[in-house]
Amino acid sequence: MQKLGDFKLPQFFNYPPYFTLQPVRDTREKQIQLWKELILDYCKSQKIFLIGVEEDFPLFSNSAIDRTLSHEARETFLSAIVGEGRAEWLDKGHRKCLILWHRIQDWADIILKFVRENGLEDSVMTVEEIRSGTESLGTELEGIDRTILMRALKLLENKGKLALFKGTSADDEGVKFSV
Amino acid sequence: MASESRIGSDGLFNAAEVTTSGRPVLRRNEVECFLLSSVDLDSEDDPPRFASLRSGNLILTTHRLIWIPSSQPNASSSLPSSSSSSLPLAAVTHIFSHKKSIKSMFHSPRIRFQAESVVVTIVFRGKGDFDGRAWEEDEKSESEASSGSGAGTVAQGLYGNDGTVRMVGLAGILRKEQEQWESTDKSLQDAFQDLNALMSKAKEMVSLAEKMRQKLLSAPSSQNGGGDDEEMGSKEEMQQWMLSVGIISPVTKESAGALYHQELSRQLADFVRIPLEQAGGMISLTDMYYHFNRARGTELISPDDLWQACNLWEKFDVPVMLRKFDSGVKVIQNKSHSDEEVMSRIRTLVTKTETLRTGVTASDAALTLKIAPAMAKEHLLSAETKGLLSRDMSPDGLRFYFNLFPEIDPTDLHLVKGFGTYGEWVKATSLLSV
Repeated sequence: MQKLGDFKLPQFFNYPPYFTLQPVRDTREKQIQLWKELILDYCKSQKIFLIGVEEDFPLFSNSAIDRTLSHEARETFLSAIVGEGRAEWLDKGHRKCLILWHRIQDWADIILKFVRENGLEDSVMTVEEIRSGTESLGTELEGIDRTILMRALKLLENKGKLALFKGTSADDEGVKFSV
Repeated sequence: MASESRIGSDGLFNAAEVTTSGRPVLRRNEVECFLLSSVDLDSEDDPPRFASLRSGNLILTTHRLIWIPSSQPNASSSLPSSSSSSLPLAAVTHIFSHKKSIKSMFHSPRIRFQAESVVVTIVFRGKGDFDGRAWEEDEKSESEASSGSGAGTVAQGLYGNDGTVRMVGLAGILRKEQEQWESTDKSLQDAFQDLNALMSKAKEMVSLAEKMRQKLLSAPSSQNGGGDDEEMGSKEEMQQWMLSVGIISPVTKESAGALYHQELSRQLADFVRIPLEQAGGMISLTDMYYHFNRARGTELISPDDLWQACNLWEKFDVPVMLRKFDSGVKVIQNKSHSDEEVMSRIRTLVTKTETLRTGVTASDAALTLKIAPAMAKEHLLSAETKGLLSRDMSPDGLRFYFNLFPEIDPTDLHLVKGFGTYGEWVKATSLLSV
């Protein structure tokens, strides 16, 4: 079976009907479910947070069998993930989709764990440091999408676990942890 | 033939055979002339015998008067259709002239005639202006005509004694005629003169048949080595054409009047059986239109007539039905026709190693199932609806694959079980990539 980078594709990726939106309800539901799982698996392993419906996304075409998902199919599959709370549309036109292979709540928990493991309970960090600082290297937080990170931080702020404050520029918003 | 014995249940009347769809079984040479609804038969001489002969359809043929109850007893019941009666026209000895009286202006039009020793009155209770006199005249002349014929054995009725549709019309004529030709060494011309007398209505058909026949007969002498197969092919083809020609007594608006569609519907139900069998139990309405009109030869019907006739089947106990697919394609099929069988054949087709990998198109399925591509597509679509197939829409067109989706485990995308069609498919596709 072929691979996408280091991601191993499942066998059914070469099944031509997998790339045609099925009209029969039961069949379509199963097809959508399989796409949902595959997209989430792939995004998680490749750390992909954003899928542009109109852009070339490696999963959406299979050169081996010469099939590509239609726009309608892409939107249907992504909408199904959105419906499960594992993704969000970033615009009304449904062109950009934010993939949450961890829900915001899960990301918040990961941040808390990260803070505790690194003894940062009462420290101050910039948002950028959480994404690309030395402490986060090799953790799931490395390279996290800024939108998702900000959402998770806001959630924690509401719970009183930290305080966000503005720096001199938009790039260096600060976080004061008080876990 | 029960109707030939003089000792019928009614003495005067013989039991008339009807087909399962309620059309009379016509005899040799017999052609239907007129049909009227809501007819009572009555007699002053012997009322009890006629008590059951009320409100029926009366059919006048060249040979007989046939009375059929308008509501048929269930064809599947064990009771014979004894209530259908016929009276040979030859038995009619006298038709009483129409009495003009004050009284006659108020009751329904009627005709009295004497058959053997019984005076029978036909009472026409149907609506519409009915000219009893004209019919009377008609009847007279017909009865004379029928007594004159009877020796002719060239044509056969559309319906056999057992209710099945025979090889009839031109096909039957031709076969019969060929036998004669071989055995008696009569000239072809003579034989066709006989035909003309019997089928003056179908002159064009006869001349066409003659042309075809002459070609058939001349074929053996003109054949050469190279054209042999072709000759044989066209001969067979022509034989086929002949076989598909031949409803000798088509229901027409003139003969059936208000009951036109109803009678047409019954005749059609009897006729479709053979084409339906040849087409594998299902035939499109357009194809049927073509078959039916060709068999009629003359007196063609309009598509709308066919449509109405088919729609009337719901009301009769006939073994065929009209079916409309979701796509709008209309077909005629046997009531016993089972989709299950077609489904299992499709399943066999799509689970072959080769088709598992490549899928099938409507024309592939048409070849395997030996049906028209449009019908094959309908079958594939209904198989898809049932979850047997899934589709692949590509620039190359629409293909159908065996539906593997139900077999794939969504919690473990990489799991392929050793058994099942998914495993077979993986094997079939990996063979290719090696």
